[in-house]
Amino acid sequence: MRLLTHNMLSSNIKGVTNGFPLRIEIEKVVEKQVDFNADFLRNMFPKIEWKALVGAALTLGYVELPEEVEPSRLDSEDFLRKFHHALLELHLEEGALVCPETGRRFPVSKGIPNMLLHEDEV
Amino acid sequence: MKLKQLEGILGGLQQFSNPKVELEQYPTGPHIASRMLYTAENSFGDVTDKVVADFGCGCGTLGVAAALLDAERVIGIDIDSQSLEIASLNAEELELDMDYIQCDIKDLGLRAEVVDTVVMNPPFGTRKKGADMDFLSVALKIASQAVYSLHKTSTRDHVKRAALQHFNASSAEVICELRYDVPQLYKFHKKREVDIAVDLWRFVPKSI
Repeated sequence: MRLLTHNMLSSNIKGVTNGFPLRIEIEKVVEKQVDFNADFLRNMFPKIEWKALVGAALTLGYVELPEEVEPSRLDSEDFLRKFHHALLELHLEEGALVCPETGRRFPVSKGIPNMLLHEDEV
Repeated sequence: MKLKQLEGILGGLQQFSNPKVELEQYPTGPHIASRMLYTAENSFGDVTDKVVADFGCGCGTLGVAAALLDAERVIGIDIDSQSLEIASLNAEELELDMDYIQCDIKDLGLRAEVVDTVVMNPPFGTRKKGADMDFLSVALKIASQAVYSLHKTSTRDHVKRAALQHFNASSAEVICELRYDVPQLYKFHKKREVDIAVDLWRFVPKSI
């Protein structure tokens, strides 16, 4: 699971009002190289919840993302490469996503988060 | 990539080995899948460089088609882990890099804005009434640009009304009518193969 996916997913359990961002529990992290596309990243940047991405990247051990980003940074290839790496190249291969409100664990196995809800959660 | 080429590659994908009737698992044929994505890109520019989500992806045919047409990212979402496994094998075989989420579409908690385009061949609701409308409702909440979907031609008026009046679509157009050949997958199928008429729809969500 890429952090791009993490940045979109929330816990949708009935009654939960703030299911985002999901906490990450790590068993295994992998890195997979992806072609760099600066235009895509610039286009994506305003749609990303930055704080959630920085937090998720830190959990996965990547410390290069700045906490705050000035718009001018989008002209810097150095910054875009770091953004690219965090968003697209880091994968949670095994572990879990945890609902921030209820603590319910959603397992991640072979890189696929299992967000299926139980009958009493819908 | 040419349409014929796309159709040819999709024809080589592995399909359901043990289809589950309760989930209405029918493979999306290469003919329909190639035309759906080819039109989405060539007539509307909704695929290349976009973030595309394949709802109820099954073995991943539509998602693979999107990836072959250079979608920047493709996310396949399905309730069934076996389907996701086949989908990821299909992508791997073609050296495509896709993401997957296991989830029931109606329970999906996915932030709007990031996904540009949703493509789907939803369950037609013959086993579970309204399943196709559940898919459409969620798709129109999540897609920021367009939703492409297949629905039985016999439900055309209903689909249009639901999309425009209840699901916040700003437009709902049938792009073409196609023949969906349903192979004899399940025991209750009496004929070897039947054709049903389906509409290929393009829905545009209201901007947020």
